[in-house]
Amino acid sequence: MVDTSIEGHEAVRVRFRGGGFDPDSRAWVSWAFFALLLIVWEAASRARLVDPLFLPPPSQIWKALEDMTLSGELARHLGASLLRIGAGWLIGTVAGILLGGLIGLSWLGRSAGLPFISALFPVPKIALLPLLILWFGIGEASKVATIALGVFFPMAVSTYAGVDNVPRNLIRMAQSFNVPFPKIILNVVMPAMLPSVLSGFRISASIALILVVSAEMIGANVGIGALLLTSGNLMQTDQLMAGIVAIAIMGILIGALISWLERMLLGWR
Amino acid sequence: MAFELVVDRIHHQFGTLSVLEDITFTLRQGEILAIVGPSGCGKSTLLGILGGLLRPTRGAVSVRGSLPRDSLNPFTYIFQDFALLPWRTVAGNIRMPLEHHPLSRAECRARVEDALARTGLTDFSRALPKQLSGGMRQRVGIARALVVRPAVLLMDEPFSALDAQTRDLLMDDFEAIWARESTTAAYVTHNLHEALRMADRVLILRRRPGRVREIVPVTIPRADRRAAAARQEIDRLYEQLWSHIRQEAQIADREMTDG
Repeated sequence: MVDTSIEGHEAVRVRFRGGGFDPDSRAWVSWAFFALLLIVWEAASRARLVDPLFLPPPSQIWKALEDMTLSGELARHLGASLLRIGAGWLIGTVAGILLGGLIGLSWLGRSAGLPFISALFPVPKIALLPLLILWFGIGEASKVATIALGVFFPMAVSTYAGVDNVPRNLIRMAQSFNVPFPKIILNVVMPAMLPSVLSGFRISASIALILVVSAEMIGANVGIGALLLTSGNLMQTDQLMAGIVAIAIMGILIGALISWLERMLLGWR
Repeated sequence: MAFELVVDRIHHQFGTLSVLEDITFTLRQGEILAIVGPSGCGKSTLLGILGGLLRPTRGAVSVRGSLPRDSLNPFTYIFQDFALLPWRTVAGNIRMPLEHHPLSRAECRARVEDALARTGLTDFSRALPKQLSGGMRQRVGIARALVVRPAVLLMDEPFSALDAQTRDLLMDDFEAIWARESTTAAYVTHNLHEALRMADRVLILRRRPGRVREIVPVTIPRADRRAAAARQEIDRLYEQLWSHIRQEAQIADREMTDG
């Protein structure tokens, strides 16, 4: 029984106003939407609503993907691209983290490095490929250098942003215990900047993927970019789309790898 | 051999802003000195200068006598926001200040286990800070401070981030530790009740630029301060402190609000 001193009045419930602004993702909707898209695409293509020469149906793309996998052609192209991405990403990441760390930790590094980064970061790195070909030749080095340059800048920025965002109270705490400078870097700064560096990995991996395709389109016989360009020139749109699917899968796998790394290394958050 | 921490005519400026002016006092071994004053009067700055985290614009802090030889970090801070490394376990956080000292692994472990036991954290040694309540996190901060056997504890509002009940429990723990170990401490707080419960003397700072307005001794033994018999004297001291601070705090508040 509710305790009340007001008789003869009907109680009016207070209206709930706190809902919304909390979008939730449901996996089945994502899959259903994807399946619906494929079904509509397939149906439109079979009904000749779109010309299969320009947009082949998913079944034809799947067949091309299967054929290229069985013949080993896809592996040859993917292998070449992955090798370039791996080398370029590694060089760019190591150099970016080193410069970013210097910018974050030393006044000299900040004074010299920050204007350099600010000036060159916005330059599209693919625009440097002709220059890099002049410097390193048409072979692997120019493509790897393009990817390394593309990766270098976002890694440098995310590293120094990571160092800047290390909570100062943690550094003061370590200093208050007379922890030596190298140990502060190792035990405080490096773990604290890790989230930012891993975000940098995600961005730089996407950039590496874009650049490898672009560089291979300009000067390569093998690689996913070369496959796309050749298929386009020969109007083999099913193979072209298969190449695009391969890139998308590669992107998803790289993203999943970085997510796994984040789960492993940032479980403390 | 006893020691004293001598604070001699400290002035401090941030740019053109004068924060502290002519601060002079002595902190004696075994004494707990509370530092109170209106917001922005430079309490935390003064604490930073006492332990060498900030360099004063003028004046000096020096030690007269000799500090205990077994102290690995004579001036040890306990922070308001705990300052725990979130990627380390409780034991890892407590071990951190020992890692750059030439201690054997066994001694390191013994010190950490001792600090865990003294702060009631033994069962939580493998927990991460995010798994702990605010009170437990501050216990980790206290254990980390105790593990180096400090000569002087420098505490920057150590309870202000905690709720009232946790604060009370933690103060009980502190009282027990202090009673056992006769610790020397400088202790910044906004809370006058806290200051009167814990301190042997209360140093009152004026509003910015902070200057020593008065140092009020609290002569009632710490163990008796919550007894009914001490109530009248504690209330009198509270009124004395508040009368010093009230007007300054009002002016400081308006200064800050007016920007």
